[in-house]
Amino acid sequence: MKASAKNHGHHISKQFNEELEAAKNHMLEMGGIIEKRLIDAITSIVEIDSGLATRVIEDDDVIDSMESIIDEECNLIIARRQPAASDLRMVLGIIKAVRDLERIGDETSKIARMSIKLSEEGDFPDGAVEFRRLSERVSKMVNMALDCFARYDAESAVEVAQYDATVDMEYGSAMRVMITYMMEDPRSITRILNVLWALRALERIGDHAKNICEHVIYMVKGMDVRHIKLDDIAAQLKTTE
Amino acid sequence: MRKIDVSAVLSSKSVMADAGPSCIDVTHLNLFYSKTKRALNDITLSIPKQRVTAFIGPSGCGKSSLLRCFNRMNDLVDDCVIEGKITLDGLGIYEKTVDVADLRRRVGMVFQKPNPFPKTIYENVAYGLRIQGINSKRVLDEAVERSLRAAALWEEVKDRLHESALGLSGGQQQRLVIARTIAVEPEVLLLDEPASALDPISTLKIEELINELKENYTIVIVTHNMQQAARVSDFTAFMYMGNMVEFDTTDTIFTNPADKQTEDYITGRYG
Repeated sequence: MKASAKNHGHHISKQFNEELEAAKNHMLEMGGIIEKRLIDAITSIVEIDSGLATRVIEDDDVIDSMESIIDEECNLIIARRQPAASDLRMVLGIIKAVRDLERIGDETSKIARMSIKLSEEGDFPDGAVEFRRLSERVSKMVNMALDCFARYDAESAVEVAQYDATVDMEYGSAMRVMITYMMEDPRSITRILNVLWALRALERIGDHAKNICEHVIYMVKGMDVRHIKLDDIAAQLKTTE
Repeated sequence: MRKIDVSAVLSSKSVMADAGPSCIDVTHLNLFYSKTKRALNDITLSIPKQRVTAFIGPSGCGKSSLLRCFNRMNDLVDDCVIEGKITLDGLGIYEKTVDVADLRRRVGMVFQKPNPFPKTIYENVAYGLRIQGINSKRVLDEAVERSLRAAALWEEVKDRLHESALGLSGGQQQRLVIARTIAVEPEVLLLDEPASALDPISTLKIEELINELKENYTIVIVTHNMQQAARVSDFTAFMYMGNMVEFDTTDTIFTNPADKQTEDYITGRYG
């Protein structure tokens, strides 16, 4: 049966309602912090602000401890409440989404570290355009994935997941541009490699955002879509309406 | 240095149950049903005030025997010998000076099968007050409504208070019995398998009721259903063959128990 964002608040046990609500809200709060960190890390590269990058790296501890707390909350819900059906899918969805969020956090730290390295070398002309374009798309993707999670919106989740293909394509073309830069001026190889690592981190973040969308589809529809073509999922979702 | 505070970020952090002051203290308790049959073996534990404590364990492990000690129900069993000490808020309940009727008012008990009196719903709840000599209609009306509300039954029965209690469903009867128990304002509620004769929905209602009642009462529940213990209790005691094997927060017992016997029992490996 299709689940909605509201049907987790109707248990006879109020405590159960509160526990599910808390786990979900904490996961979304963690998502909010991760989104902000990602934007800060991107800004630190674009505006060559190593101070901002340092703060982003420092905040990684927060993400890690949030991951542990939310995991613990989900453990207790499973041990004490034996959730079933849509409740069970939500708890599993949260556990998986938290893991993806934590990985997004790690990739964000990588971007921040590249930012510090790039700032040590002064300006950042080559690759700036490509980085900016990819970072806009990826941060939008993360934002929309979390939005789908909050709203229990499987249809939009499919669209966001499909968007990952565009991100991958742009990453491919950005990489080709970087290779051209390196061939043109071998002295820039070190710097371009740093840009490349940052691009790579963005691409990985896109993958994790896609995973979160897949968890949303699982939570709402109960379908495991991880190894199915996205177009087929979209068609299938229409038939299960 | 700017640092995000995790606990501030997580708006409503889930709290682990903390024990706080104790309500019932049991020290070196032994219970014999005959010279050869020892039902409880050197039990020592503290039941925290205004928390739900669950006793779990296989049949015959002594959990009901221990529960019955708390309001001296075992006095009714011939040849039952009790050694050791139990105190309720510091008062030794097996002292000679203790008035057992008063003790049982302070420590109410609800059994497995609902046992309403063959009277009206109103009279069932008012019964305990009437035998205390309270006959004022105003006082009784107020106590009946308050108790039925506290037992989450008021809305269902308010229009038929003067009909027979035996016409209620099993789940309603059990909540009526709980209302009857709390009408005399006890401090402790002993629940011996309160939901095992009920359907799943009535069971959940009783569990939710237990959760609401713990604000005002110390609750001790015996249950065969481990998942029920996991859902309703703050603290869990696992008993086996008359011994207290492990006593800890329910979160710990059900996620990472210290004793192998506990682990085997709650994971279904025992036996």
